[in-house]
Amino acid sequence: MTSTTSSALRTAPQQVSTSRERMRSAIQAAGMLPVLVLLAVGFHLLGGYRFLSGQNLSIVAQQAAINIVLASGMTFVILTGGIDLSVGSILAASAMGGLIVSLMHGFGFLAIPACLFVGLLIGAINGVLIAGIRIPPFIATLGTLTAVRGIARLMGGDRTVFNADLPYAWIGNDGIAITSTLVIPWLAVIALLVVVASWFVLRRTVLGVHIYAVGGNPSAARLSGVRVGAVLMFVYCLSGLLAGLGGVMSSARLYAANGLQLGQSYELDAIAAVILGGTSFVGGIGSIWGTLVGGLMIAVLTNGLVLVGVSDIWQFIVKGLVIIIAVALDRFRQPAART
Amino acid sequence: MTDHPISQAPDDNRSDPETPALEMQHISKSFPGVRALSDVSLRAYGGEVLALMGENGAGKSTLMKILSGAYSADPGGEIRINGRRVSIDSPLAARAAGIAIIYQELALAPNLTVAENIYLGNEPKRRGMMDRAGMNAASAPLLERLGVPFGPETIVSSLSVAEQQLVEIARSLHRKSSILILDEPTTALSSRETERLFALVRQLREEGIALIYISHRMAEVDELADRVAVLRDGCAVGTLARHELSRAAIVHMMVGRDLSGFYVKHRDPLAVFNDVVMDVQHLSDHAGRVRDCSLTLHRGEVLGLAGLVGAGRTELARLIFGAEQPKSGRIILDGMPFAPRRPRDALDRGIAYLTEDRKALGLFLDMSCAANINLGVIEQDARGGVLDRKHGRARAKNAFSSLGVRAASPIVSVGGLSGGNQQKVLLGRLLETGPKVLILDEPTRGVDIGAKAEIYRLIGELAAKGLAILVISSEMPEIVGLCDRVLVMREGTIMGEVGGNGAAEITQEAIMEYAAGIAA
Repeated sequence: MTSTTSSALRTAPQQVSTSRERMRSAIQAAGMLPVLVLLAVGFHLLGGYRFLSGQNLSIVAQQAAINIVLASGMTFVILTGGIDLSVGSILAASAMGGLIVSLMHGFGFLAIPACLFVGLLIGAINGVLIAGIRIPPFIATLGTLTAVRGIARLMGGDRTVFNADLPYAWIGNDGIAITSTLVIPWLAVIALLVVVASWFVLRRTVLGVHIYAVGGNPSAARLSGVRVGAVLMFVYCLSGLLAGLGGVMSSARLYAANGLQLGQSYELDAIAAVILGGTSFVGGIGSIWGTLVGGLMIAVLTNGLVLVGVSDIWQFIVKGLVIIIAVALDRFRQPAART
Repeated sequence: MTDHPISQAPDDNRSDPETPALEMQHISKSFPGVRALSDVSLRAYGGEVLALMGENGAGKSTLMKILSGAYSADPGGEIRINGRRVSIDSPLAARAAGIAIIYQELALAPNLTVAENIYLGNEPKRRGMMDRAGMNAASAPLLERLGVPFGPETIVSSLSVAEQQLVEIARSLHRKSSILILDEPTTALSSRETERLFALVRQLREEGIALIYISHRMAEVDELADRVAVLRDGCAVGTLARHELSRAAIVHMMVGRDLSGFYVKHRDPLAVFNDVVMDVQHLSDHAGRVRDCSLTLHRGEVLGLAGLVGAGRTELARLIFGAEQPKSGRIILDGMPFAPRRPRDALDRGIAYLTEDRKALGLFLDMSCAANINLGVIEQDARGGVLDRKHGRARAKNAFSSLGVRAASPIVSVGGLSGGNQQKVLLGRLLETGPKVLILDEPTRGVDIGAKAEIYRLIGELAAKGLAILVISSEMPEIVGLCDRVLVMREGTIMGEVGGNGAAEITQEAIMEYAAGIAA
C-alpha cells in the first residue's frame, strides 16, 4: 500500500521548490540593504559629494559602532520575544565605573574589566527578574532603566568624572590606518567583531538554536527539553555585558563619563536598529546582519542629514519617518503566511 | 480514476431544483508556482448539510478562505448567493453576503461577555453610549434558541471550548447569516458536546440555513450530511447524494484508492508482556484533574488511554513527562525511582511525549523541518556547543525518508506543510531522541487519512522494536484498532481496564461503559 500512497497522496499545493525558498530567504536577508545603499548615494549627491569620502565613512562607522554593539545584544533579547530598555542606563553606569577605577592609582588596568563587570551584573539582575521571578521584560527593564540611571548619577556624586590620561582612550580615538585618509576606527572594528561573534553564536551553536526556539514558541521549547530560563538568563546577561562594552567605547571616546547624560535614550536607537533589520518583535525571526544594516542606516541618516544641512529639529522628524516608512515597506515585502 | 463507480456529474440529482443558497462556479486559485484550486464548482442549498471532505492540502482551506474574503479567487470564476452574483473581496463583503465561518481556532475576545462578543463591531448605541442593557436583552432569546446553559453576561473565557463555539454560532445567527460553514467543529469537543452540536446543526437545517460541514471524521459525515462533496489536489472530485453515501466510496474519492483494511489490527490477543518499563503509582496532581492514577507499561506494548475530552488523560501524561509537578504518588522507571522536575529530565531518561496541540506546544512553525527534527538532539550532535551541521542535515534527511515526510526539502519551514506532514516532523523529533517510552497524545488529530495509516503502521513497528507506547486518543476505532490493552479514564481517575494479557476482546462498548461511568 505504501508505494502507491506516496504518489497518490502527493499534495501539489504544499510543495515549495527549494530554490524558491532559498531565493526568498536571500531577499529576506538582504532586507534593508538596498535602502541603505540608496540613502548613502542620495546623501552623497545632495551633500556636495562629501558623504562617500573615506574620511566621512570612517566617521559614520565610528558613530554607528556603539549603537551596533548595543543593538547586537538587543537582537538576542528581541529574538527571544523580550526587550531590554535598560541598555542606555547600563552604558552610563559602566562608563562611570570604568572611569572611577581608571582614576584609582595602580588599578588603571582594571578599568575595562570594571566596565564589563558592571554591565554583566546589571544584565544578570535583569535576567533574574525576568527568568526567575517572571516579571514581563518590558516592566523589569523599565525598572532597571530608571534605577540604574540613578545609580550611575550616584556613582560620580552626580558630577562628570574626567580622566585626561585614560589608559584605554586609544579604543575611542585610534584606528587601523589603511591610507593617509582612510582609517578604520577601533570602535568600528569592535562593533564588527561583536556582530561576527553574535552571528556565530546565533547560527552555529546549540545556544543559538535554543534562542530562536524560545522566541518562536516558548511552550514547545520547554516541552522539547530546552532550558528556557537559562536561555533568557543568557540573553539578558549578554545584553548587559554588551552595554558594558558600550560603556568602554563611549568613555574611551570622551575621556569622561556623566551619569545623567551619557547613553540617554540609546536603547531607542538600538531597538530601532533591530527593527529596521527585520527582526520580528514577537521573537523567533531575525538576523544579526539585519541589525548591522539597521544600525548603519541610523548612523547614515544622522550623519547625512547634518551633511545636507538639515536642522536639528527636522533631523528628528526625518529619522522617525524613515523608520516608520522602512518598516511599513517591509510589511509589503513579506508574503502573507498560508496555512 | 476512469473506473470510478460514482457519477462525476454535478449535483443535479436533487429532487427540487430550487436556487442554491450558494453557488461557486469555476473557482480557481493560484499562488506563485502552485495551483491550490482548479476549476472547482460547488453548490449548497438552504436547509441542507453539505459535507466537504478531502485530505489536508486538498484545497478545503483555500476554498473557505475565498468564501470568507481572505483570498480573492483568480478571475474567471463566479460566486452566486441565492442566484445573485456577488464579489467577495473582503471579510466584510462575505459577512454582507450572509456567509459565516466557524473556524477550528475560535475568533472570540475571551475577556468580553457573551453578548459583547455577539455584537462585536456592531454595538447598539443609545445617545452615543453603548446600550449594554439592550444588547443583553436582545442576546437572551438568541441564546435561548440555541439552548445554551449560559447567559449573555457570562465572560467568554469562563466557557468551555464547546460553549465558545456556540457563542460563535450565535454571533453568526445574529448577523443573519444564511450560509454557515463549520470547519472541523468537533476537533476539541467531547462526545456529549458533539451530540449537542449535532442537534443544533439539525435544528439550523430545519430553519433553512445552508450548512457546509468540513470534517475528517467519517462517522460525523455519515450522521449529518445530506450530500458530500469531495476535493482532491485542488479539484472537485465529485458529489455524493445521501443514498450514495458509503465510507468506502468517500475514502476512494478522497485518496483515489481503496483503503480496505485501514485500521490494521496488529494486536495478538495471546501476546504476553512481562517486561515492565514504567510503573506509575498513585499519581495525583495539584489541580485535582488527576487523582490516584496507577498504570504499568511494558516493553513492546501499545497501551491505550481512552476517555472523554477533559477526563485528565493529557494532564496525567504531562505529570509523567515532567511538564507538571505531581502532588503525590511516584513513578518507577526501569526499576529506579523517577521524579522529573522538567521535560528535559524525562527526555534524558528516555521518555518522549507527543503533544495533542502540535502548533501551540510542539512545532516551531517558522523554523525549518530540519531544525524542528534536530531540536531534541542538537546538544548530542554538537561539539563544544558548536553545531555539527553536516550531521544534522544527514539526520533530518534520514528522518524524512524513514517517516515519509512529503515536503520539497528539509530546509522548508514546517509551517507550510499539511497537518499529516507536520505531525511526522514532530514524531521525527521525538524518535531522534531514542526513547524507550513514547507517549502519544492524539497522534492523528487533524491528520489526513493517508498519513493516519502511515502513523498507525509506524506505531506498530516501534512497538515491535520494543518501545513501550502509551496512546491517548478520543477516536474510539483508533484505540480499538491499535492497542494491546486499554485503560479508561473518567474525571481524573482510571476507571478500568479493557483487554490485557490474553483477556477479552477490546470493544468500543466496553470502553464507553467505563468512560461514561456506566460500569464501575
